[in-house]
Amino acid sequence: MATTSQRRERPGGVPAPLPAPDAAREWLATMQLIRRFEERAGELYAKAKIGGFLHLAIGEEATIVGAARALREHDYLISTYRSHGHAIARGTPPEAVMAELFGKQDGCSRGRGGSMHMFDLERRFMGGYGIVGGNLPIAAGFGLSAELLRTDDATLCMLGDGASNQGTFGETMNLAALWRLPVVFMVTNNQFGMGTALARHSAVTDLQRKGESFGVPGVRCDGMDVADTCGVVGDALRRAREERQPMLIEAVTYRFRGHSMADPEEYRTREQVAEWRRRDPIALWSARLIEEGVIDEAGVEELDRQAVAKVDEAVAFADASPFPAPESLYDDVYALGEQVRGWYSVDERGVEPHRGEHERAMAAHEIPAREVYDQHAAGPHSGAEARPADEAQDAGERAHDGERGG
Amino acid sequence: MSGVAVMRYREALNQALREELTRDERVFLMGEDIGVFNGAYKVTAGLLEEFGEARVRDTPISENTIVGMGVGAAMTGTRPVVELMTINFSLLAMDQIVNHAAHIRYMFGGQVAVPLVVRMPQGAGHQLGPTHSHSFEALYLHVPGLLVAVPSTPADAKGLLKSAIRDDNPVIFIEHEYLYGQRGDVPDPDDGEHLVRFGEAAVRREGEDVTIVGISRMALTAARAAETLADQHDVSAEVIDPRTLRPLDLDTILASVRKTNRCVIVEEGWPHGGVGANLAALIQEQAFDDLDAPIGRVTGADVPMPYSKPLEQIAFPHEPQVVDAALATLRDV
Repeated sequence: MATTSQRRERPGGVPAPLPAPDAAREWLATMQLIRRFEERAGELYAKAKIGGFLHLAIGEEATIVGAARALREHDYLISTYRSHGHAIARGTPPEAVMAELFGKQDGCSRGRGGSMHMFDLERRFMGGYGIVGGNLPIAAGFGLSAELLRTDDATLCMLGDGASNQGTFGETMNLAALWRLPVVFMVTNNQFGMGTALARHSAVTDLQRKGESFGVPGVRCDGMDVADTCGVVGDALRRAREERQPMLIEAVTYRFRGHSMADPEEYRTREQVAEWRRRDPIALWSARLIEEGVIDEAGVEELDRQAVAKVDEAVAFADASPFPAPESLYDDVYALGEQVRGWYSVDERGVEPHRGEHERAMAAHEIPAREVYDQHAAGPHSGAEARPADEAQDAGERAHDGERGG
Repeated sequence: MSGVAVMRYREALNQALREELTRDERVFLMGEDIGVFNGAYKVTAGLLEEFGEARVRDTPISENTIVGMGVGAAMTGTRPVVELMTINFSLLAMDQIVNHAAHIRYMFGGQVAVPLVVRMPQGAGHQLGPTHSHSFEALYLHVPGLLVAVPSTPADAKGLLKSAIRDDNPVIFIEHEYLYGQRGDVPDPDDGEHLVRFGEAAVRREGEDVTIVGISRMALTAARAAETLADQHDVSAEVIDPRTLRPLDLDTILASVRKTNRCVIVEEGWPHGGVGANLAALIQEQAFDDLDAPIGRVTGADVPMPYSKPLEQIAFPHEPQVVDAALATLRDV
């Protein structure tokens, strides 16, 4: 079982240096915003405003903000299916992230992606990916582009401890090192691959070492300490960018909530959760900033109020945003150009029964399955909505279950 | 004929790659043994020497990751052409091809394109047994977000590959081991760029009595069957090579069926859920009243490909089966 013994001890026990006061406060504010955002998302999920799966990163905020603040503006960040915070930390408006969770037109993936597939090209947040380990080769591809186009953009690729067992992990480490690509891989070791504890899914639990045999040196950071995380990620990015040495970082952290909203958490004890909660990254950072005189208690509370207000605005925005129009169902399946022609690149007959010889004329003006669309656009209470198959628990019960079930 | 050179299919592909590498410096190649070894089927011969290691990249044996790197590179400003040694190996990359290459544009709301080409040969006939001999165009045809090309002539191989590299969508470009050595006319580059648009079928032979649609190598088998039908059975067959399966030029096929009222579809892949199964459904939906006979299908046998030569040979279609299928559609007239 993973314990605090896995924490990284900084040499001499010296804490990571503080950034400038404005930055220190901004890191705190962003962690608070992500925390409040996700707490609210959990509540809205229980109220069926959000569908599908919802994976919260509550407890992991220092790994998110510490990593994002080590990036340059033009660097690429690519994440996993637990990516709300990465989008927000990169600058995507919380409104667009919440609207995506609601499946709305103004979502950052236009309602096509959902919780696991946030994306914001403008801010070089290159997406959340629902396939464990599926993002690793893509991250190396960003590095390859940087190499071929001779830019000094680096890529930071997030993965979970579970992803370190995928085939793409070894394949990508090998290629990144072989081709000296400017990519940093960051394992957010939250101690569990879904419900399987680290020691039960990985023969080598010292995850920072898992890249060594592929030529990717590893380093560990305290994933509960935003300054330590930022420093370690920054050093690794520098080596990746300047020395073309890909790096593997293990950020030791803990997820306070379940794997997804459908998690009864039978694989861990309340005592273990409580022990880790004593190292809540937001509490640790605010305490340190107060101690060092960067902010006072009232200032921390004010930032928290602002975070809550931003989340309120995000929810109002998401509520007001329309669902994507039914006519847009087939948008963006292809990038249309002169090489692609005609109706039969995509069979736009949708879910209606295929009607034979005359349907081609009909397809031009008929909206597929209009009644079904209207029924579901009416809102979450319009019918008995089935949750995904592994959602064993009743959503209403979970909402009242405090620390569990999130 | 002026401005035409006779060359092999593999040479035509090589010429397409060379021209596109020269035209656009964002284009690069990667794959197993495409450089120093010059390619398992010599399609990339000489390109490493000409364009250097940065743009002609030998990779480790890591299919899923090299395709995935192609996806990432394509999302960020380059135009990768990935070679997989056979189509069977592409199954190792299915996650990157289907979950990522095909879906990224849609699932991220149209913010990025994935201008990636994944080239690979398919096909039986070289006694390579059950892991190196299959025909999987139907698997890729199934996936929205992909384009699928199945060129059967050197000219189409060149023209479609150049179009594929310029297209902003992920393209599954399916070559054929048997076709690599086949010769054909290819327009001379001095007469202007030779591009073949996706979504335009080729009518290889005009006819009145039955339409034969041949996929990949089977377009050639269909053409030979049409000659036999004319010479020995006084049957005039129209032969269509769709050239691309996504987009599919259904109009050309339907126009032919409306003329001949009969159709046979020939493919090397398996029958269940095959190209022919899909195409037969489309034709009967769109032209039911024009059909005078059930649509015939000639497909590969519903087995993993056997090694033993005579067994292998009866496991994929040949000209006589196509002739029989065409005659069957005419039998009751």
